[in-house]
Amino acid sequence: MSSAHLDPSGRPLVAVTGLGVVTSLGQGKADNWSRLTVGHSGIHRITRFPTKGLRTTIAGTVDDLFDRSFAAPELSEKLALIAAEEAVAQSGLGRPGDFPGPLFMAVPPVELEWVQKQELAASSNGDVTYQALLADAAQHRHTAYHAMFLFGSVAGHIADHFGTKGSPISLSTACSSGATAIQMGVEAIRRGDTEAALCIGTDGSVQAESLIRFSLLSALSTQNDPPTAASKPFSKNRDGFVMGEGGAALVLESYQSARRRGAAILGFVLGCGEKGDGFHRTRSSPDGRPAIVAMQQALADAGLEPDQIDYVNAHGTSTPENDKMEAMSCTAVFGERMGRLPISSNKSMVGHTLTAAGAVEAVFSLLTIAHGRIPPTINYREPDPNIPLDVVPNVARDAAVRRVISNSFGFGGQNTCLVFADSPA
Amino acid sequence: MTREVVITGIGLLSSLGEGVAPHIEAVDGARAPVIDAASFAPYPVHPLGAVEYDRQIPKKSDQRQMEPWQRIGVYAAGLALDSAGIKSDAEAKDRMHVIVAAGGGERDHAVDAQILTGLKTAAEPGVFLNERLLSDLRPTLFLAQLSNLLAGNISIVHGVTGPSRTFMGEEQAGVDAIRIAHARIAAGQADMILVGGSYNAERRDMMLLYELGGVMLTGDVVPTLSRDAGHGGMVTGSVGAFLVLEAAHSARARGATAQARLDSVVADRTRRNPADIVRTLTAMAGPQTGVPLVVSASSGVPACVAEEKAALDAIAPGADIVAMGDLTGHAIEAAFPAAVALAAALLQAGRGREAVVTGVGHHRGEGLARLSRA
Repeated sequence: MSSAHLDPSGRPLVAVTGLGVVTSLGQGKADNWSRLTVGHSGIHRITRFPTKGLRTTIAGTVDDLFDRSFAAPELSEKLALIAAEEAVAQSGLGRPGDFPGPLFMAVPPVELEWVQKQELAASSNGDVTYQALLADAAQHRHTAYHAMFLFGSVAGHIADHFGTKGSPISLSTACSSGATAIQMGVEAIRRGDTEAALCIGTDGSVQAESLIRFSLLSALSTQNDPPTAASKPFSKNRDGFVMGEGGAALVLESYQSARRRGAAILGFVLGCGEKGDGFHRTRSSPDGRPAIVAMQQALADAGLEPDQIDYVNAHGTSTPENDKMEAMSCTAVFGERMGRLPISSNKSMVGHTLTAAGAVEAVFSLLTIAHGRIPPTINYREPDPNIPLDVVPNVARDAAVRRVISNSFGFGGQNTCLVFADSPA
Repeated sequence: MTREVVITGIGLLSSLGEGVAPHIEAVDGARAPVIDAASFAPYPVHPLGAVEYDRQIPKKSDQRQMEPWQRIGVYAAGLALDSAGIKSDAEAKDRMHVIVAAGGGERDHAVDAQILTGLKTAAEPGVFLNERLLSDLRPTLFLAQLSNLLAGNISIVHGVTGPSRTFMGEEQAGVDAIRIAHARIAAGQADMILVGGSYNAERRDMMLLYELGGVMLTGDVVPTLSRDAGHGGMVTGSVGAFLVLEAAHSARARGATAQARLDSVVADRTRRNPADIVRTLTAMAGPQTGVPLVVSASSGVPACVAEEKAALDAIAPGADIVAMGDLTGHAIEAAFPAAVALAAALLQAGRGREAVVTGVGHHRGEGLARLSRA
C-alpha cells in the first residue's frame, strides 16, 4: 500500500464514499440539508399514540412510512433501509444484494410491546398474569413475534437485504451508538479485515412507554408549545431534549480501494476517540474528564492539533446538564479559541435521534464540509451566560470547514468523538 | 500486525456456583447440574443459587440500581478482574476496554400484569396506559433494563473506564463480542479487554419471547445434544461469564498468568437453509481436525443440534464434547463467553492441548473459537 493511502500512524486511511439520511426533516441528503440550513424544525405534536396526561407531547417522529400500525423495530428497520439504500447507491460499491463488507449497526433495544402483550392477554379471563401470557404464547399462533423482537433481527434483515459479509454487529452505546457504529467500521478497515464497511444508526422507537421512561428521568423538554421551539441547545431556558427518529448510513472504504475504483470521495474519518465514565448512570463526571479525553483521543487518533478543527458538531441535547458539561469540556480541549470556534447542534432541528444520533450527525458533519455551510443552532433566543460560545445562532453560516469533530455522549458513561475531514491530515 | 491473544482472567457464575472449580467438577460428573423444574413449570431452568453480591458490588445502592441480569454480569466481571489480578490496578482499569454481550428488558411483571388487566376494560386504552405507566413505572427501572447499562455498571462498580461497547443479538452477540475483542487485541488496537455477558433465566418475560417462537423445552430435561424434534428446545440458565483477554506481551510484562491462548474466533450468519450450519461450521473450523476437546454452546433447538453434531463429526471425530447446556443451561448472550471460559479452564487444568468452542444461535448466527494451552 502506498504511503498516500496511509494515515500518519501508518494505518489505512478511511474514506467515506456513500451517505444516506432520513429524519423528521425529510428523506435523503438533499431535503435534509436544505431544511437544516434554513433552520427548519422537524419537531411536531405526536399523533402516533394518545398523549393525554403526558408532560411531553412532542417529538421529531418520522411518520407516514407505514399505512398500518407497526412496532418500533419495524420502523427502525425501515429508516435504516431508506438511509442505507441512499448511501450504498451513492457509493456505487458492490452489486445490489452484494455489499462487499461487514455491517456495523446501531439499533435500539427492542422488546414485546403493549399491542402484542394485549393480544396474548386476550385469552385470559380475569386478572392477566405472565403465566397466562406464556400459556397463550405456547399455542404458537403468533410465531412471527419471536423473530420480530429478537435484538439481532433488525440488523439481520438489513444484512440480508444488502448482502453484507460476515456476522452483522448490532450494537448499543446508548446515545453515542451511531458514532460507535462508524468507529467500528473504521477499526475494521484499519485492521485490514475489509476494504469497506456499511455503518448505520437507526432509531424509530418513539412509543408511549419509551417517551414516559425518559420523562420519568426528567430528561425531556416539557415546553410543548410551539413544538418547533422546544429543542434549544445552549440556551439559558433549555429544559431537556426532544425525542427524535431517524436513520443514517455511511459507506466507509479504504482510501486505496476508493481511489482504485475511481469513486467520488465525500470525506474522511480521520480519528475516533472513546472514554468511559464511571461516575454515574445518567450524569457525567463533574470535571468533564471523560468527554475531554474522548475529544483529545479523537484528535490524537487523527494526528491533529486542536487548532486544526474548524467546527464542532455538538452532542448538544438541550438538557441543562449536557450542554453545560459539553461547553466546559470543549473549552478545556480548545482553550480560549473555543469562544470563536463555531459549535452548533443539529438536535435543535431534528431532536435527539438517540441510537441514530451519532450517525445522523456524522452525515450532517460531512455535508457541512462539502457545502462550506454550517447549520445553525435554532431557538437560540436566551443565551446562557455560562456558555459563552459561538453556537451559530439561528441562521446558517457560510464558512470554509475542512475538519469537524462530532461529539456523542450517552447514558452509562459512553463518550465517543469522531473527526471528519475533506482530505487526509 | 498479528499478536498472540491470551486469556488472563475468567469469571464464571452459574447455578453450579462461582469460579471455574465447580464447573470443572460438573464436567467430571462430580457435581450434578442444578435444575428447577417447578418454579417456572412447564419450563425447567438452571437457577442461580444464593449469591453474596456484596463481595463484588460493595454498595447496596449500586445493587438496588440494577436488575438481576446486571448484578449477575457485574459480579462475574468482578470475578474475571480478580482472576486476572487486575482488580486493584486503577490505572490499568482506566485504560481497559469493555465489550458486553447484552440483552436487557427485564420488566416489572406486577406492573405489566395490572396494566394488561386494566386495559381489557379501559374506555380509553391509550390514555389509561399513559396514566398507569407514569404512576407505576419506577424511574430507575429504565436504566436497569437498558442494554448498555451492564457495561455502564461495570464502569461504575469496577472502575473499568476505557472504551466500552455493548453488542446485542442473542447468542451471536456473545460470539461477536469475543471475536471483535480478539481481533482488536491481535491487531494492536487494544492490549486488554474485559469481555462477556450475562443472562437471567429466572424471568417469564424472556421465556415469553422464546416460547412465542416455540424454542423452549418443556417437561423432562434430556441432554442438550440429544434433543430432537420430538423433544427439544432450550433449557435456559442464569449465567454470568466474563473473560479478560490480553495481548501476550502485556500479560508477560505485568507477570500475569496466561490461563489459555485464544487462537482464533470466527463468525457467520447463514440464512439457515438446510445444511447451512454444517457447511459454515466446517468451513470455520478449517482443515485442522482431530481436536480432542469440544465445548458446545448449543441451544438445544432441534434443527441446530442435528447440524452442529454433523459438523462436529467432521471437525472433531471422537472428541470429548462438553455441552454447556447440560451444565449451566443455555444462557443466550452469555452462552458462548461461558463456553470459551470453560474451555480455557479445562485446558489450564490439563484436559487437553487444544479446544474448539462452537456456538450456533437458536435463530441465527454461528461462531467458532479455537483455544490452546498457554
